[in-house]
Amino acid sequence: MDLLPYFEWIEATAIGNAIRQSLWLFPVIEAVHLLGLSVLGGSVLIVDLRMLGAGLRNHAISQIARDARPWFVGALVIMLLTGWALFSSEAIKCYYNFSFWVKITTLPVAIGFAFFVRDRIAAGAGMNATTLTRVIGLLSIALWFTVAAAGRWIGFS
Amino acid sequence: MPRVSILSFLEWLDSHAWSTALHESLYMYPLVESTHVVTLALFVGLTVTWDLRLLGWAFTQVPVSEFARRILPWSRVGFFIMTTTGLLLFYAIPVRNYQNIFFRVKMIMLVLALVNIWYFHRRTERSVSGWDTWTTPPPAARFAAAASITLWFAIVVAGRMIAYNWFDCDIQPQSDFINWAAGCVVPPAE
Repeated sequence: MDLLPYFEWIEATAIGNAIRQSLWLFPVIEAVHLLGLSVLGGSVLIVDLRMLGAGLRNHAISQIARDARPWFVGALVIMLLTGWALFSSEAIKCYYNFSFWVKITTLPVAIGFAFFVRDRIAAGAGMNATTLTRVIGLLSIALWFTVAAAGRWIGFS
Repeated sequence: MPRVSILSFLEWLDSHAWSTALHESLYMYPLVESTHVVTLALFVGLTVTWDLRLLGWAFTQVPVSEFARRILPWSRVGFFIMTTTGLLLFYAIPVRNYQNIFFRVKMIMLVLALVNIWYFHRRTERSVSGWDTWTTPPPAARFAAAASITLWFAIVVAGRMIAYNWFDCDIQPQSDFINWAAGCVVPPAE
């Protein structure tokens, strides 16, 4: 299946055109994307550290995960919106970019893992970090790191 | 006698073979740059969680002193990586960074952010035993947290903008203000 026509269509949308024609829009949206990365990273790491048995160890894993969740969800929404805007301004470049494909395939895995696996394990976890919570924490860090690093690399390759 | 200035020192640094090598390397520069950016998640991310606790917006059941003890060491690891990679990025392109308006704004805000941290630990935090378990810490602590988030966010934005050359000295004419603020050396008009 050739996806290129879809990428061409996305690049031709009004959002894509507006961003490409502006000197400021791309950098500003990109900066907001980075602020989203910061908040998302913090809200992910504070839970993953806890699941690894570090960080806020005097409080239940479920409690830290519950507290971090709204900030994670909010940051994720900002990242997806700004990410879509950046992507639609250079969709065809992305189509030929290996890092983009790494990112775009890892991202749904990371999101699915966060909501369907990590959320559930964390909700049922108490004071003790177990082998299971440690593996989940490490996988979470590895997945989000891959998404972030591949995302940055889109600009280099 | 040559005029000794920051600029002449950075021009000398710029002529270093290692500086040029890092700037022009195919993988090292992007790797250092990516490390700098991805570490935002660790440094700014955890700093923001700490600020949220001080604002009383998240992790309110965790005593403030405990949050500081358990999370700030990780934040400091992030700051160390940020500083190391940041210095390398500066070293790779010293003159261009020094004469970049966004870099200068970033450095000023970085100093303000560090003063804010110093003042909090030196003064505000002294009374923490009195409000350690409060859901919403006192105004001075909340002010420090709000200033922290504002400054670090502005630093991230300014840092990203360094990459753009809109106000670079070698793109003239620029306004007098930009030439002054960026420290451009512009030959007087004929």
